[in-house]
Amino acid sequence: MKSFMKSPVSISVALAGGWLILLAYIFDLDALRTQVLGWVVLVAAAGLLLGVLNLAAVHFGKLRSGTRNALYSFLLIISMFITFVVVATLGPGHEASQWIFTNIQLPVEASLMAVMAVTLVFAAARLLSRRTDLFAILFVVFAVITLAGSGPLLGFNIPLVGDVLRPWVTQVLAGAGARGILIGVSLGTIATGLRVLLAADKPYGA
Amino acid sequence: MDIGMLFIVMLFVGVMLFFANQARRQKGRNLRDIPAFYKLQGALEVAVEDGTRLHVAIGRSDITSPQSAAALVGLSMLRRIATVASESDNPPVSTSGNGLLAILAQDTLRATYSQLGLFGAFENDLGRVTGLTPFSYAAGTIHLIRDEEVSGNVMAGTFGEEAALIAGAGERRQILTLAGSDTLTGQAVLVATAHEPLIGEELYAGGSYLGAGAMHDASLHAQDVARWLVALGLIGGALLGLLGGLAG
Repeated sequence: MKSFMKSPVSISVALAGGWLILLAYIFDLDALRTQVLGWVVLVAAAGLLLGVLNLAAVHFGKLRSGTRNALYSFLLIISMFITFVVVATLGPGHEASQWIFTNIQLPVEASLMAVMAVTLVFAAARLLSRRTDLFAILFVVFAVITLAGSGPLLGFNIPLVGDVLRPWVTQVLAGAGARGILIGVSLGTIATGLRVLLAADKPYGA
Repeated sequence: MDIGMLFIVMLFVGVMLFFANQARRQKGRNLRDIPAFYKLQGALEVAVEDGTRLHVAIGRSDITSPQSAAALVGLSMLRRIATVASESDNPPVSTSGNGLLAILAQDTLRATYSQLGLFGAFENDLGRVTGLTPFSYAAGTIHLIRDEEVSGNVMAGTFGEEAALIAGAGERRQILTLAGSDTLTGQAVLVATAHEPLIGEELYAGGSYLGAGAMHDASLHAQDVARWLVALGLIGGALLGLLGGLAG
């Protein structure tokens, strides 16, 4: 009640929006649900633009304060400006816009993916030195079985691993575990949503 | 009319209100031990004493999708962390890969400092977008962990394989990384890279373990009840299927 008195508008909008969508699902009011979700998608699109502006503002701040990596911030702002001008004037389907995407954005993301692969291998190798519990040991053992069974070693298939152990681990153990985790995640999602609908949780700053 | 959904919602709400009422009558809390959250409280105390800061990554989920629940948990944790660390020289900073989540993070921090009478401590760049694609988000966050005296790394939200890069940055700086994601890929990656991975629904317990209130505790108990019901339903269904198969 105290927080409602402080921020009556934000709490009312959040609760009304949430309950409206939920009740529209339960009572099959598809037109109403689509209408409200349409408004939310519009706000989300504005949010994307605000995200870009926030990114630019943070890096402007870094540039002005002359931090150690101000050069990277400068490059980011210049790249952002050029990309925005090219895509806004020529359109996202134009050759120049596509060139930026395929020759700059894609290689940068691909290189980060390569760094990620190295990071994962390094982390898996260090896992047992960091945590020596049963869980970590099982994780490493099953990761090795799955990797060993996914292809031949020097042209030879390892007996039992590829045709028996790996399918059993991935389809029985991992499949059951994944379903259990997803049930837990679903229950957590329901509980979190209901906390917001009951105004017990107000993640919008009220 | 979807009777099943109405039943689930009413059951969940009823159980939550029952446990919230119980919590008000009883003293003490009945929660199982999750050591990761005790370590986070330790990291919070160290951050306040050292004048360093905690970083809370709330991921890159779309606010219109069910995955936003994980980010809402991240925001609850951010609020509690900001409250406890309000006396630190360096207030906690939040990163996200989505513009709307960054606005919610700023709003959460603004409201927290306003309630504590410390509005001067709030700055807009405490809630940042560090990138709008998964890997650019990770790349921007790595810089923040490295350059801004971060002494603890909390990841609570939607993360995929890019989580390895963010958790790896914490690992290189040898700081506590407590991390949970609502995706299977993110969880698998975090088990290998984070100091304290949160598995499955442990992520959704974050607010409760940081003392966010009776309703957070009650929703955890409601999840436990629902989990048992689901488990009994699965076992019952399997037995009925088996019996049906034997009879047929």
